[in-house]
Amino acid sequence: MTISSLVPRMTRICGPGNVVTDPLELRTYECDGLTSHRATPALVVLPSDADQVAAVVRECAAAGIPFVARGSGTGLSGGAVPREDGVLIVMSKMRRVLEVDPVARRAIVEPGVTNLAVTQAAAPHGLFYAPDPSSQVVCSVGGNVAENSGGAHCLKHGFTVNHVTGLEVVTPSGELTWLGDGTGVPLGYDLLGAFTGSEGTLGIATKVVVKLTVAPQVVHLVLAGYATLADGGRAVSDIIAAGIVPAAIEMMDALSIEAAEAAVACGYPQGAGAVLLVELDGPAAEVEAELATVMKLIEAAGATEVRTADDPAQRFAIWKGRKAAFAAVGRLAPAYIVQDGVVPRTALGDVLARISALSASSGIRVANVFHAGDGNLHPLVLYNDAVPGEAERAEEVSGAILDACIDYGGSITGEHGVGVDKSRYMPRMFSDDDLDTMQLLRCAFDPASLCNPGKVFPTPRLCGEVPGHRRAPHPAVVAGQAAVSREGDPPHPPMEIF
Amino acid sequence: MSARVSAAKAGKALAAACDNVRPGAADDAVGAVVPSFVAAPSSTAQASALLRACAEHDLAVLPRGSGSRLSWGVPPARCDVVVDMLRMGAVIEHAAGDLVARVQAGARMADVASALATAGQEIALDVPGPATIGGVLADALAGPRRLRYGTPRDLLIGITVVRADGTVAHSGGKVVKNVAGYDIGKLFTGSAGTLGLITEATFRLHPRPAARAWVTARVQGTAPEVTTMAAAMVAAAANSPLVASAVELDRPAPGGPISVGVLLEGSADGVAARAREMEGLLGSLAQVPVSVAAPPDWWAGIPTVEGGAAEHTLMRVSFWVSRLGGVLDAIDAAARETGLRPAVGGSAGAGLLYVTLPGGAPGEAVARFAGRVRAAIPAGRGSAAVLAAPEAVRGALAGTAGLAGTAGLAGTAGLAGTAGLAGSVPGLALMRAVKDQFDPGHRMAPGRLTWA
Ligand SMILES: Cc1cc2nc3c(=O)[nH]c(=O)nc-3n(C[C@H](O)[C@H](O)[C@H](O)COP(=O)(O)OP(=O)(O)OC[C@H]3O[C@@H](n4cnc5c(N)ncnc54)[C@H](O)[C@@H]3O)c2cc1C
Ligand SMILES: Cc1cc2nc3c(=O)[nH]c(=O)nc-3n(C[C@H](O)[C@H](O)[C@H](O)COP(=O)(O)OP(=O)(O)OC[C@H]3O[C@@H](n4cnc5c(N)ncnc54)[C@H](O)[C@@H]3O)c2cc1C
Repeated sequence: MTISSLVPRMTRICGPGNVVTDPLELRTYECDGLTSHRATPALVVLPSDADQVAAVVRECAAAGIPFVARGSGTGLSGGAVPREDGVLIVMSKMRRVLEVDPVARRAIVEPGVTNLAVTQAAAPHGLFYAPDPSSQVVCSVGGNVAENSGGAHCLKHGFTVNHVTGLEVVTPSGELTWLGDGTGVPLGYDLLGAFTGSEGTLGIATKVVVKLTVAPQVVHLVLAGYATLADGGRAVSDIIAAGIVPAAIEMMDALSIEAAEAAVACGYPQGAGAVLLVELDGPAAEVEAELATVMKLIEAAGATEVRTADDPAQRFAIWKGRKAAFAAVGRLAPAYIVQDGVVPRTALGDVLARISALSASSGIRVANVFHAGDGNLHPLVLYNDAVPGEAERAEEVSGAILDACIDYGGSITGEHGVGVDKSRYMPRMFSDDDLDTMQLLRCAFDPASLCNPGKVFPTPRLCGEVPGHRRAPHPAVVAGQAAVSREGDPPHPPMEIF
Repeated sequence: MSARVSAAKAGKALAAACDNVRPGAADDAVGAVVPSFVAAPSSTAQASALLRACAEHDLAVLPRGSGSRLSWGVPPARCDVVVDMLRMGAVIEHAAGDLVARVQAGARMADVASALATAGQEIALDVPGPATIGGVLADALAGPRRLRYGTPRDLLIGITVVRADGTVAHSGGKVVKNVAGYDIGKLFTGSAGTLGLITEATFRLHPRPAARAWVTARVQGTAPEVTTMAAAMVAAAANSPLVASAVELDRPAPGGPISVGVLLEGSADGVAARAREMEGLLGSLAQVPVSVAAPPDWWAGIPTVEGGAAEHTLMRVSFWVSRLGGVLDAIDAAARETGLRPAVGGSAGAGLLYVTLPGGAPGEAVARFAGRVRAAIPAGRGSAAVLAAPEAVRGALAGTAGLAGTAGLAGTAGLAGTAGLAGSVPGLALMRAVKDQFDPGHRMAPGRLTWA
């Protein structure tokens, strides 16, 4: 069966207006937040509910056509890059908050709901949704589940996987099933945990039960300027050694401070070599004492300037600089690569020194923004793609940074995922047997390898008896097909809270 | 393994793979099954060679930690080799500055705790008993502090396993934040030894709190005011920004008084102030609560009833906390209808209760009891699984309500009671597919999870 012959079936399932075949419109889905990897999907569908997703996947499975889920397309590893020979299943019509149970501290949401919308639905009950990626205004909960996304506050509050207690998923063969029952009490193998972070390769999440967290009594944010990253790093070590687990500990170097200042005028200390942000939250009776200790340690490490912010508006103003950092760096160079390596926190100093040496020897500038509390680095490797050879050199520096992370016992990705971008680095971190074992899980879920194939693993594993059949890459949508316009669709259906 | 000759050959192969192999003895029996061999590897490499030898000789394998919980659930259908993990008891690495520790799976929780305590740190799991790291992971067990810190899967950041065919595999690593590749560690939590052998695990650590206080309150009166009040207290404590580490409940007899206990952890001054506030919060709802420096005597235990534990039936009931009152009422109603006298207790604030039924209860009554409790839990929002029961009760349950495997997963029949939100069993077909991939010969703890 060809993809074009799927169009009428998909239209019957999703309704006219929710199937995209127009070549120009298809191109708007060619990449995610990592624009260096692109592919135009053969077909895009926008289902409205779980049954439609299941029906779409069943059609693909029966025809042996690969499919890829897409949330808001903010991913930074090319996870949502479509297949030219496949169907892209976009979750943007599934944006309802289905239920909030404040006593159980649970909400059930559809996967297209944005991360921030969950917190907005929870806020009237004094609750919030803890994982807070910087992209939270746009990124979807389904995408968060697929990437096991973190955020500045995951140091204390945990990642997406620690806050999802149930998932309704469509399996790669098109069956609807639940993983987990919302309680958080495990039943058998933790498939819920294994699905979270599997980057859309084990199925499509159609409902998500999230854990809500009680809003803290007090929150204090401290900003400190330092002459060097090493000074700031000392403060971080001392805070951890004092047995304090802040909600967040973030650092930025001179280059990223400069970029953030230019972009959002966040007013960070002028000329500082490093800015450290430490946020404390919790019961007032604990946090006030912690704050006193943190202030002492921050001063002792040689802070050149210290500010504190207690009310939401002040805190927002300070966080603005940090959260804008990625985008801001775009001002420093025509192009840049965002890395996401992780090192044991105590190796941060050594690895930053190696990055700075790499930068010096290659002439490629690197701006550093990082989650200092958990050793997750986001080096921004800057280059000019108009200068011949510079992109390649930047790519080399970027790879060498990941090597440094691995040398120190770290990881190639802390939160952005492997996707298409880093699959080639996986063998540097894992043995063939490790990768083979991971793919046993893939074979259990998706023996035909149709669900977001070509991501995460450098080489696919054969799963033995493969039901269905694989197709050769499909050229493009066959000419003469009626282009289906989506004009007039409400971009965001109104949110319903029951 | 039928013939004597092949037994001797297998024994030789095992001895070549592992330097500590002996014939199984009566006290190695799991249920009525006495293993032919007990092998205690000293390293992941030996464990790998051992499982490869088992694969070559088609031997069924049962991993064993301290062995404290092997009697729970269903005995294995077949068990040729018990793999005793107690020789692998080392803390391999404790990176205090990174709040990370790598330990061997045979290490006892208590020993690991004292090693980490020297740096003022801990794995924030308070499972009672002689448990080993491997047993706690394989059974996905957590004590009262699960409310704040979660279960083993939330604290595990890296794992080394030996597959049924002897292949050694790692996932995760030794950094807390890491999304590279699938998380095989999650898969192995709750696997009850049926997917492979866990040999090493890396955990994220927490600073040990400087101080602790327990605030307890007792609710008595007439039903259903008692259960309504207790449920309100549990919800208030668990949802308070005072941040309780645990909110536990104890009800030794049906219809009787209920105790609610709240654990607060932090700095000495902070805990004292929060305990006072928590007393005020609970006091606005019930009889005068008191804060104490030591846990109440019922804390963290499996609720006890008279008679030998081997004869008791132990159930684990999980639910959304908003249903707590209804679940307590259903347990009372079930007690009235069956004449059984349950003791109830557990992590109510985290949606979890254990129910112990006395020995000598007719299997049919236990089945009715379990069914009544299940009916109080909306489909797909919890479960009522039988964790342990004497053989006669197991027989009765097998036909009707189903029996839990060691991980608390009810047998195929009983899974009706654990149906997902969609009204079907959560992921059962996928779990079977995973089992088939990891252990195609079904030699790892066969029959322990009745559905696998
Ligand atoms: C400016 C900026 C800042 C960012 N900051 C952070 C940060 O602080 N922390 C962080 O962790 N990430 C961050 N990210 C990365 C990104 O926002 C996250 O990975 C996010 O979770 C992706 O969500 P999405 O809806 O955009 O997913 P997409 O990009 O659409 O998809 C991501 C992956 O999820 C899969 N997927 C999507 N929906 C589903 C579903 N329903 N079921 C199964 N699979 C699905 C896709 O197939 C793909 O593999 C940032 C990105 C940007 C652009
Ligand atoms: C609230 C609560 C209260 C409890 N109270 C008590 C108590 O008072 N006394 C008490 O004795 N226990 C108690 N327990 C149970 C106790 O926690 C268990 O004894 C313990 O977790 C099991 O550890 P173990 O090393 O003894 O495992 P074992 O009993 O040896 O094994 C348990 C399971 O794990 C598997 N397994 C073990 N090691 C591995 C491995 N390395 N790889 C793969 N699979 C493995 C086994 O095959 C078996 O299926 C309690 C539990 C809870 C939740």
